[in-house]
Amino acid sequence: MSESLKTPLYNEHLKLNARMVDFAGWNMPIQYTNLKDEHNSTRNHVGLFDVSHMGEIRFRGPSALPTLQWLTTNDVAKLNDGQAQYGLLPNDTGGLVDDLFIYCLKKDEDYLVCVNASNKDKDFEWMKSNNKFNASIHDESSLWGQIAIQGPKALELCDAIFDFPVSKMNRNEIKESEFQGYKIMVATTGYTGEAGCEVFVAAPGTEKLWQALLSHPLKPVPVGLGARDILRTEMKYSLYGHEIDDTTNPYEAGLGWAIKPTAKDFMSKNAILAVKEKGLNRKLIGFKMKERGIPRQGYQIKNSAGELLGVTTSGTHSITLDEPIGIAYVDAKFSSEGSEIYVDIRGKLTKAVVVKTPFVTK
Amino acid sequence: MAFHIPEDFYYTKDHEWAQVDENIVTVGITEFAQDQLGEVVYVDLPEEGQKVTQNQAFGVVESVKAVSDLYAPVSGTVIEVNSSLIDDPSSINDDPNNNGWLVRIEMDTEKELANLMRSPEYKKLIV
Repeated sequence: MSESLKTPLYNEHLKLNARMVDFAGWNMPIQYTNLKDEHNSTRNHVGLFDVSHMGEIRFRGPSALPTLQWLTTNDVAKLNDGQAQYGLLPNDTGGLVDDLFIYCLKKDEDYLVCVNASNKDKDFEWMKSNNKFNASIHDESSLWGQIAIQGPKALELCDAIFDFPVSKMNRNEIKESEFQGYKIMVATTGYTGEAGCEVFVAAPGTEKLWQALLSHPLKPVPVGLGARDILRTEMKYSLYGHEIDDTTNPYEAGLGWAIKPTAKDFMSKNAILAVKEKGLNRKLIGFKMKERGIPRQGYQIKNSAGELLGVTTSGTHSITLDEPIGIAYVDAKFSSEGSEIYVDIRGKLTKAVVVKTPFVTK
Repeated sequence: MAFHIPEDFYYTKDHEWAQVDENIVTVGITEFAQDQLGEVVYVDLPEEGQKVTQNQAFGVVESVKAVSDLYAPVSGTVIEVNSSLIDDPSSINDDPNNNGWLVRIEMDTEKELANLMRSPEYKKLIV
């Protein structure tokens, strides 16, 4: 733990008596008070998340756009100033190096790419070594803190804290401004399914912003990684290392909407499309239990005869629904809604059913 | 946080408690264990009549975030299961030393109690 990296909010977490864990090499709060309260505060009020461990990689210069077009799957050319988009970073064999968010700060000139903490160094090396059109690529991760403000009251809180109306922004936009003299970028994105934003803040100002948010009369609740994982699972949002990895075909993962093969050429385009054109063998689905048990990552999915159909990628007890939910790759023949599948829970075939996702609709 | 660690219980290093009444051993998880786990949402307990072995897993308790094996403090036969926990395991969090008990075991030999901790030793383990 002592060797783990610390975010600019490390001391704030200690002040709040958070339970700290190592996550992707970072010393992070898994829980402040109570998982259920933190989760419910996000769904019903407003939660604050320290996501400063996320990586920020900056693409600049006249070849920033063509380079991002080559490296990622979505159509980055669609982005105008202040717009953001989810995308994927394929490797050279049709799997995924990472998933990411691309923020267009100035079209054709300046893009911020937000990547997973666990993959940041790998992503940065990959981007530099596949910098096809010589964009200026810099790892700015240490320059930025990041706070996610999520929940039905999030935008009201943001309007009170920032010097422009965040509530007037559309979803998936980004706006640069200042907070108490520190540079900020407010992005209307998130990983919870709730309204709100993610604020990049110049690292030295992160504590001040956190304190200003926490002390606001709306009383936002700090939320740890434990509740964050349940919130994203309820939305069936992919998490690298769970739903996606370096062997994942993004169409199997249900991420085809973030791939724009007719718009452009990109890394591993043919390999990725070939899997789709052959017909998908497996698909990522959501399921609920028909018999007692909680699915967990790695639990095998089987048919009634005990034959292997796939594997659980994420599973938990949904706090919103108060019942177990799971995400799994299964044989495509068992992927339609209503299909009966069995989860091997400690050797017991436990009945489950494929359901529509997201599990929680807002 | 101060946990209530009854002095008349025995303890395992895996945070189960054992209350011994002649050859009948009532088993639960400690206040410390439930605090570490967080809200318990699921338990998997053995059937009555099932044999258990000291230090071997006999069941599972799951919180929202984690799966945790339950280890038998003594070897013996399960004679009673707290079946109220199946539908509502909340007493494991609310009252782990009493109503949150898991199983009663008829122990094979009281010699195994020598392998367990008493409360002063267990308290040292969790500080």
